[in-house]
Amino acid sequence: MRPDSVELAEAAADWIGTYVHVPFCARICPYCDFNVVEGRDDYQAKFVTAVQAEIAAEPGWEPLDSVAFGGGTPSRLPPEALTEVLSAIRSRFGFKINTEISIEANPEDWSGAMAESLIRGGFNRVSFGAQSFDPGVLASLGRMHEPTDITRGVQSARRAGFRSISLDLMFGTPGESAESWHASVEQAVALEPDHLSLYALTVERGTALSRSITAGAPAPDEDDQADKYEMAQARLADAGYVRYEVSNFARPGHACRYNLLTWAQGEYLGFGPGAHGHRGTYRYRNIHRLDAYFQAVLEGRRPEQGREAQTRWEREQERLMLGLRRVAGVEAGCAGKALAKDDWGRRLFAAELLVWDGTRIVVDKPLMGSEVARAVLALASGDC
Amino acid sequence: MTSVSVRNFSIIAHIDHGKSTLADRMLERTGSISERNMRAQVLDSMDLERERGITIKAQAVRLDYHASDGSAVVLNLIDTPGHVDFSYEVSRSLAACEGAVLLVDAAQGVEAQTLANAYLAIEAGLEIIPVINKIDLPAADPDKVAAEIALILGVEADGVIRVSAKTGDGIEELLDRIVRDIPPPTSEGDELRALVFDSYYDSYRGVVCYVRVVDGVLAAGDTVRFSATAERHTAAEVGVLTPLAVPVAQLGPGEVGYLITGVKEIDRIRVGDTITHPGQAAVRPLPGYAEPRPMVYSGLFPSDGDDLERLREALEKLRMNDASLVFEPETSRALGFGFRCGFLGLLHMEIVRERLEREYNLDLVATAPSVAYRVTATDGSSFEIRSPQDLPDRGKIELLEEPYVRAMIIAPSEYTGTIMELVQTRRGSMDHMQYLSPERVELTYNLPLAEVVFDFFDHLKSRTRGYASLDYEPGEYRISDLVKVDILLNGQPVDAFSTITHNEKAYLYGKKMVERLRQLIPRQLFDVPIQAAIGTRVIARETVKARRKDVIAKCYGGDVSRKRKLLERQKEGKKRMKMVGSVEVPQDAFISALRVDTET
Repeated sequence: MRPDSVELAEAAADWIGTYVHVPFCARICPYCDFNVVEGRDDYQAKFVTAVQAEIAAEPGWEPLDSVAFGGGTPSRLPPEALTEVLSAIRSRFGFKINTEISIEANPEDWSGAMAESLIRGGFNRVSFGAQSFDPGVLASLGRMHEPTDITRGVQSARRAGFRSISLDLMFGTPGESAESWHASVEQAVALEPDHLSLYALTVERGTALSRSITAGAPAPDEDDQADKYEMAQARLADAGYVRYEVSNFARPGHACRYNLLTWAQGEYLGFGPGAHGHRGTYRYRNIHRLDAYFQAVLEGRRPEQGREAQTRWEREQERLMLGLRRVAGVEAGCAGKALAKDDWGRRLFAAELLVWDGTRIVVDKPLMGSEVARAVLALASGDC
Repeated sequence: MTSVSVRNFSIIAHIDHGKSTLADRMLERTGSISERNMRAQVLDSMDLERERGITIKAQAVRLDYHASDGSAVVLNLIDTPGHVDFSYEVSRSLAACEGAVLLVDAAQGVEAQTLANAYLAIEAGLEIIPVINKIDLPAADPDKVAAEIALILGVEADGVIRVSAKTGDGIEELLDRIVRDIPPPTSEGDELRALVFDSYYDSYRGVVCYVRVVDGVLAAGDTVRFSATAERHTAAEVGVLTPLAVPVAQLGPGEVGYLITGVKEIDRIRVGDTITHPGQAAVRPLPGYAEPRPMVYSGLFPSDGDDLERLREALEKLRMNDASLVFEPETSRALGFGFRCGFLGLLHMEIVRERLEREYNLDLVATAPSVAYRVTATDGSSFEIRSPQDLPDRGKIELLEEPYVRAMIIAPSEYTGTIMELVQTRRGSMDHMQYLSPERVELTYNLPLAEVVFDFFDHLKSRTRGYASLDYEPGEYRISDLVKVDILLNGQPVDAFSTITHNEKAYLYGKKMVERLRQLIPRQLFDVPIQAAIGTRVIARETVKARRKDVIAKCYGGDVSRKRKLLERQKEGKKRMKMVGSVEVPQDAFISALRVDTET
């Protein structure tokens, strides 16, 4: 099915999944604001035990459509440990025939043996944090791999039999030339991955990158990032990749299920420190700190740090906020109709950021999506 | 009580030349206030005055002095403001005096304001007692300063008294000279004539008038008549200021004190008015003085539109003690509702703004100061405009005139060249030049007021390392080649930035404003031209390019709540934007663009 099809986008609303957060990293990247720890590999065994306990404590559910291991760096864990955790999930919830079981990996951790071990354990999708094929850019992003690690990684994953292989690329790093980005895109395309995620380098609060910019280092440039995005989009379309969300491109049949599920407000459970989950009308998050997380789980408590219940209207706003990230857009519904009548919303339609065909609303300028999201969140609660 | 024992005097001094300290010392020497209870610089009672080291409101203090010859004398010290903006307050203080102490810093020498005020005093027929202060300073050069004073006043240099208000040196001699040289008040008759030389609003007592009795007696309980308004009131309380208010039974001829009638509205009392007893036949009013005329206008707008009422109330309260402050409602498309306010000068404007912000806790936006222009229209009518918005279309203007001032600058003579340069860039021309000493020169120029009110004084100070002093007085209106420059945002004029300026300076203003706004206005969904135009002719242009990327790159399961919060925060920021046509402008962009000028 085409990654950007309306049917796929809407079907994902009924999917369910789990997310496992693996916080370990060899080194924390300067732009990263996820829940990560550096140099605590001594906690890995304890982590694997705790996550399994957390999974086991969960009441049963339906068979899952999607399982995702993210981080941090899941590939910091030995494949046996990853397989153990996956087994715990399988025995607790069960899988379907086409369940997507995805893992994020850093190219420098990857090997043929690891690939085969993960395939045996049940994983069928891998997403490499490639970021760039330019050693200079990789260095300024604080990455530890060489461009050749990416190539080797993709090849061994394919040999081992991964059904979907994805590459993450990052663009707009200060100092990255247009030529460098162009070359990265070309090399990525040459490896023929099934899926590509292109992320604009973003300065998040509290990161080392943010501090260095405050101290005078150059910041990413809006126009530079826009140029690079447009260039890559054109090249990927040429190569047969279909954009199905702001940052995500796939060949037909390879849209990421976990992604589709979250944008469609599907339900998922989060395991591991700092993991987020979404059940029914609330979203929750786990305890961030490793030791506090361990303590809670080992004492038999849910390691939940907090949750927020959502009103119908908040869920409706969120439906648009998330759904409009997709090329398939959203059914107008209550909030969509309110947006079309609202002053701010009308300006966005007038500027052709938003298009409405009578039933569905889509964002026509994906790079301006936040303007749309803010307008949606600014809507007064309607009669939904 | 006879008037023989009274002396009424002012002290004329430049800022920081030690007037307040001298006044404190006099209070102390005459035992009017005990040293222990003395708050330093009693006369400067407003916090702002203390901070800025200037005196804004005239005040009066009564000193009971036993002269060295044993005679008892009442000395009334009537305070005067020391800044150029307040010369009308100086003139009304002087009207209540027979003499003035001209106080000059022994290290700084004579400054322009001192000289201007000294001339006012001489014109008013006052006896001048020249005094050099701060003789204790290492940098003091009293001989040189005495020579300057002698040259200016045409007196003997050795007649100049030398004091140190700080140490108290020479204070006795000065007090004796005040008694000896300043003539006692004279009286023309027994029928009451008293001059209201100042007033202020007290929230408990209502309007308090400072009065100088010229003829007759003003007693508590009297029914008094205010000539200008023909209103009658009862003198509920009369008293003297020591400096604390002390009620007395009556004030005799020549005496200075206060009068409380219970009137609550300050506008019902005219400063400069003559008070009499009702029924007196054909009273000749005392010479009043010119009504203060605002010279500088600026729009004041609350940053938060909800504060409009509070701003109105605050302005009304300030006006109770400051008749020179005028204001009327003004509407700006860019800034909302506010008030067009008239001030005596830039310092007055700053003081009012600071008081509004500090005492009334208001956050304000002030538009660029403007002067009053005189328009003669093609239909023959003529009128004054105080805001660029009021200027008719060019085609309807026959003549446009702007106010000039006579500016007096005193500076070390080595800076003459750089001052001339500055004046030339401000469209000024020299009137005359006089050496006060081989090292110091007095320069007089005719300059457009609009060029002086902006930042002339700051530039003058920086070009002369702070040594130059400036005073100016209103001059005539002159025909000028003036144009109105409008700033347009996406084709829509932004009224707050319109200005009237000389044709030759229009381009610079336009260029500066469009550049500034380009940096302050965020990128929009479309290209936004920012133009400066004279009528339909565009003289400068910048473009704010359309925004191209405003999106969250990653938004997955773990991020949904976080990203939503981020967007909610950004949304709040957007709500504070003002729409000018279809352009979203941050509230503070206009504020920042306008503030740069008042800060430099």
